[in-house]
Amino acid sequence: MLLAAVLAILVTMVLALIRALLGPTAYDRMLASNLFGTKTVLLIAVGGHALDWPSFVDVALLYAMINFVGTLAVMRFFQAQPQPQPQAPAAEHPPGEEHP
Amino acid sequence: MTPLVVELVSDLFFIAGGFLCVTGGVGLLRFPDFFTRIHASGVTETLAAPLLLGGVMCRTGWSLDTAKLLLVIIFLLATNPTAAHAMARAALQGGLKPWLGAAGEEGNGEQGNGEQGNGEQGRRDAGEGEGSSSLR
Repeated sequence: MLLAAVLAILVTMVLALIRALLGPTAYDRMLASNLFGTKTVLLIAVGGHALDWPSFVDVALLYAMINFVGTLAVMRFFQAQPQPQPQAPAAEHPPGEEHP
Repeated sequence: MTPLVVELVSDLFFIAGGFLCVTGGVGLLRFPDFFTRIHASGVTETLAAPLLLGGVMCRTGWSLDTAKLLLVIIFLLATNPTAAHAMARAALQGGLKPWLGAAGEEGNGEQGNGEQGNGEQGRRDAGEGEGSSSLR
């Protein structure tokens, strides 16, 4: 069952990578990157216990802290410097929309 | 080494956590908007991490690693919703508009908001959402 959990985490990491590659906005990429980091923490914890690594939890704890601080730092950066063109989903806006 | 009941509980935690992981990943990939994606990933992440780490905690037994894993769980429970909230707030202040349904052009919530109070203000807010970033 450890193997199933590791496989589920790996599949989720692949999905997050796909979203990070084709995300329309930078926020989508940052969200996928944050999820990837959280999944890395879980992968280190579960896989480290499966492989009997010594002191794997320290690495997981440190990675969780670094992931949180990095996400907040990048979000503050984007908050101070807004996106030049926030691409909303393009198909939902009809082309004949009036602009007052 | 570990009793059978503890191992069964750990397996249950692993199954539930893995299911929530994959669900969050699929939601992150398939949902149409940034705010729906942050809903999918943030909600499932907050429950999947304690489930998986709790499964590992059941297997390690009573040792120092258990306390450290509990520390990781507490840290993730504190920081994951905070990070999701910060991201949604940054996106909203950066000028990203939520997607309000596929049928209406701007959604019903925006129109109802405009009809209630000052209609001109609501229409102006709805119109400037494309390019500008001056939400406050």
